[in-house]
Amino acid sequence: MPTEYGPVAVWGVAVAVGLATFAVRGSFVYLFGRVESVPPRVTQALRFVPPAVFAALVVPSLVVVDGSADLSPVAVSLSRGFSVAVGNERLLAGIVAAGAAWVTEDVFATIAAGMATLWLLRFVV
Amino acid sequence: MPVSHVPPAVRRGVRDATPVAVGIVPFGLITGVASVKAGLSPAQAVGFSFLAFAGASQLAVVDLLGRNATLAVAVLTGVVINLRLLMFSASIAPYFRPFDSRRKTLSSYLLTDQAYALAVSWYREADPDSTARFRYFVAAGGWLWVVWQASLVAGVVAGANVPESWGLEFAVPLVFLGLLVPAVSTRPTLAAAVVGGGVAVAGDVVTVGGSPGLPYNLSLVVGAVAGVLAGVAVSAAGGGGDGDADDGSDGDPETPEEAGD
Repeated sequence: MPTEYGPVAVWGVAVAVGLATFAVRGSFVYLFGRVESVPPRVTQALRFVPPAVFAALVVPSLVVVDGSADLSPVAVSLSRGFSVAVGNERLLAGIVAAGAAWVTEDVFATIAAGMATLWLLRFVV
Repeated sequence: MPVSHVPPAVRRGVRDATPVAVGIVPFGLITGVASVKAGLSPAQAVGFSFLAFAGASQLAVVDLLGRNATLAVAVLTGVVINLRLLMFSASIAPYFRPFDSRRKTLSSYLLTDQAYALAVSWYREADPDSTARFRYFVAAGGWLWVVWQASLVAGVVAGANVPESWGLEFAVPLVFLGLLVPAVSTRPTLAAAVVGGGVAVAGDVVTVGGSPGLPYNLSLVVGAVAGVLAGVAVSAAGGGGDGDADDGSDGDPETPEEAGD
């Protein structure tokens, strides 16, 4: 799924994000003396940016399949006897990875658990 | 130059940053692989990394470019993820105040969560002078920069050779998951995550004008805004844990109406 944007657009994004990020980093380092600190309400709102943005990035990529939500990590069928199969493999791998993240609080362990689960489901099961 | 001639603050900075540097290697590798898979040229991948030097934000932007998201959404997402650096900038500014503007520029460029955390804890513990503060920061931050860029380049080189069937692009959401889970530690942060994720999904599956998903890939932005508002609202309602003495004195419960658009 390579990008259809040309080099000018890609470089434009890179420069825009780079400059804005530098401005954020340098803001108080340069302004100090004129602005004492970040207003507490802004600080508080900023604290919610990581969970909100990361969730908005992660959850759709685990749950949305071909434009609709697939919320079943395992598929249970009762029609012809009882059978259990893998449903949404990305969601199942994501749940395992979230468990690993919860226990270890380590990004590497999270990636390892999620990829191992995905490969297991894809190549073994 | 023998090691003994290296200023102690530099040695200390490199030593303190090393365990953290090891931890960012897989993250850098994945960002490099994802950059190539998203269709960036090696020069673009590395150039972007030099310009932004911002892990999660770089990965998100690259992922969005690969999905042909609207450019404004890609830039906005990349910048919003980095807004937290405002807090670190404000917090570390008093220590940088005596620096001349060249030193301020370099230190600002190298300001990451990790460099901030390492430096501030050393500054508080050792109370070094301004020269030592600068040396420590550049040593720790610079070492993290080197390791990040090197692992990104390794990922760019490897990326072309990773077979499609490995599904390595799945590592991208896993990285964000690994960052998300520890960020959810209180009821308001949980509300931010649940609403942010839920609204983003809703935005992706809602049918607008015959095709699924909000136009201009706005589901991500709308989800993020709704999540932040939810966190603020729960926190103002006394949702425990995250109330930093602000307990909703003038709680203006901004309507999550904005999600409508």
